[in-house]
Amino acid sequence: MNWHRISALVLRYTFLYTRSVPRIVEMFFWPVMELLVWGMLTQYLQTGPFKIPGFIKFLLGAMIFWDILYRSQQATTLSFLEDIWSRNLLNIFVAPVRISEFIVATYCVGFVKTLITAAGLSVLAAVCYHFNILSMGLALIPLFLNLLVMGWAVGMVTTGMIMRWGQASENLAWGIPFLIQPFCAAFYPLDSMPAWIRPISLAIPATHVFEGMRAVLAGQGLSFKYVLCAAGLNLIYLTGAAIFFRFMYGKARKQGLLAKLGTQ
Amino acid sequence: MAESIVQVEHLRKEFKDTVAVADVSFEIHRGEIVGLLGANGAGKTTTIQVLLGLTTPTAGRIRIFGQDFESHRVEILQRCNFSSAYTGLPSNLKVWENLLIFAKLYQVKNHRQKTDELLELLEISHLRRQITGTLSSGESTRVNLCKALLNDPELLLLDEPTASLDPNIADKVRKLLRRVQRERGITMIYTSHNMRDVEEICDRVLFLNKGQIIAEGTPQQVIDQFQQKSLEDVFIQVARSGDLLVEEEK
Repeated sequence: MNWHRISALVLRYTFLYTRSVPRIVEMFFWPVMELLVWGMLTQYLQTGPFKIPGFIKFLLGAMIFWDILYRSQQATTLSFLEDIWSRNLLNIFVAPVRISEFIVATYCVGFVKTLITAAGLSVLAAVCYHFNILSMGLALIPLFLNLLVMGWAVGMVTTGMIMRWGQASENLAWGIPFLIQPFCAAFYPLDSMPAWIRPISLAIPATHVFEGMRAVLAGQGLSFKYVLCAAGLNLIYLTGAAIFFRFMYGKARKQGLLAKLGTQ
Repeated sequence: MAESIVQVEHLRKEFKDTVAVADVSFEIHRGEIVGLLGANGAGKTTTIQVLLGLTTPTAGRIRIFGQDFESHRVEILQRCNFSSAYTGLPSNLKVWENLLIFAKLYQVKNHRQKTDELLELLEISHLRRQITGTLSSGESTRVNLCKALLNDPELLLLDEPTASLDPNIADKVRKLLRRVQRERGITMIYTSHNMRDVEEICDRVLFLNKGQIIAEGTPQQVIDQFQQKSLEDVFIQVARSGDLLVEEEK
């Protein structure tokens, strides 16, 4: 692993994002819109006839946390797509870059982008709804990291699929996380889900993160059970995703798909 | 005899039911400019892709700088570079930003000085701060070449570098490549459909048809072999009667 090459790739994405207003706006536009809509709805539910205690905390917390996962996955996949869109992919793949270095660079970009979006949302939630996510204290760190790593794993799988099936499968970049969303107990507790779904949910690292988040926000503190379960599952998924990506990369090279993707 | 830079032995590449490269063997020596010629589907692009590691061969062996390509991919690519009319650099970045990224990727020492030298050599110093997407085809080609020369490559693969250029700029690019090759002793593999390009720039050509080399030699030797007046006539003859030629060879 050569950090000079990784930093060069990171620099490439840094230039790309800092030189493009639409890309910067895209980092905030949807998360902010969602936060505003759901925040206002939650406020109404709290002040209206329903009065669910602490509901706003859980929902806004879940929204910010969901965005960490989503942005982390997006950044990993979009970095690859950006090179396809700019017809730069071949220049990257014929450079002395190891595939692992390419992936690590997309992770770094994902980390920074996720941090920026999450920070922006946190400030907005504090200003508009008096919800301070930093009140979660140090518990925030392991939960954030677990979502970030799960996003990397999902992003790597999505990128592998795009590499293998081409630009036609580009929509996977946006769609795949929403396959996970109903099962990962992001906006509702695991207990409220149908019993037959729970085993599936428990196999998703994010489920343990969201459960942990709700426990912290309810003032129960962070149980290490949640962190360890999420971290253990993430280790398995990240390894699996790396194997899957390697396999797809090998397939793409065997079938000459990289060259096609690079010149489309 | 100059040092062997590229050795390709019995290269074969199949895609499902299609044989893109049937059985190709050749050797390229240091400082040579070798043209890979052939009609669409002859196998030249696949051969280039295999040489760049973008595609894995079905069979055969590739050694570059005396090393096996698959097991020394990164070390080999560090000493090579590539430019194609069909690839681009990120269009919303400035020229200097794109060059900086690739200079760092190839770990070029004194990259500022190197970039300045190349921009001057290619007569595009004035484009340094321009957004890449706003460049004309000729300017883009020269910026791509600048990127391709950043790491002082010992082996440069050029895929139709003059495609989409007007004759004046194409001529300038050819002269420039010749000059760069003379001054730096770079080994080049050159593909083009422009036979004038090839006649002017290549020391030797490999004519491919249906995934096989059917003729090899200096441009003049190949022209003589086919009893034609120019490489373009050879190209047309091969494209139209390639099947017969392959049969005769057998």
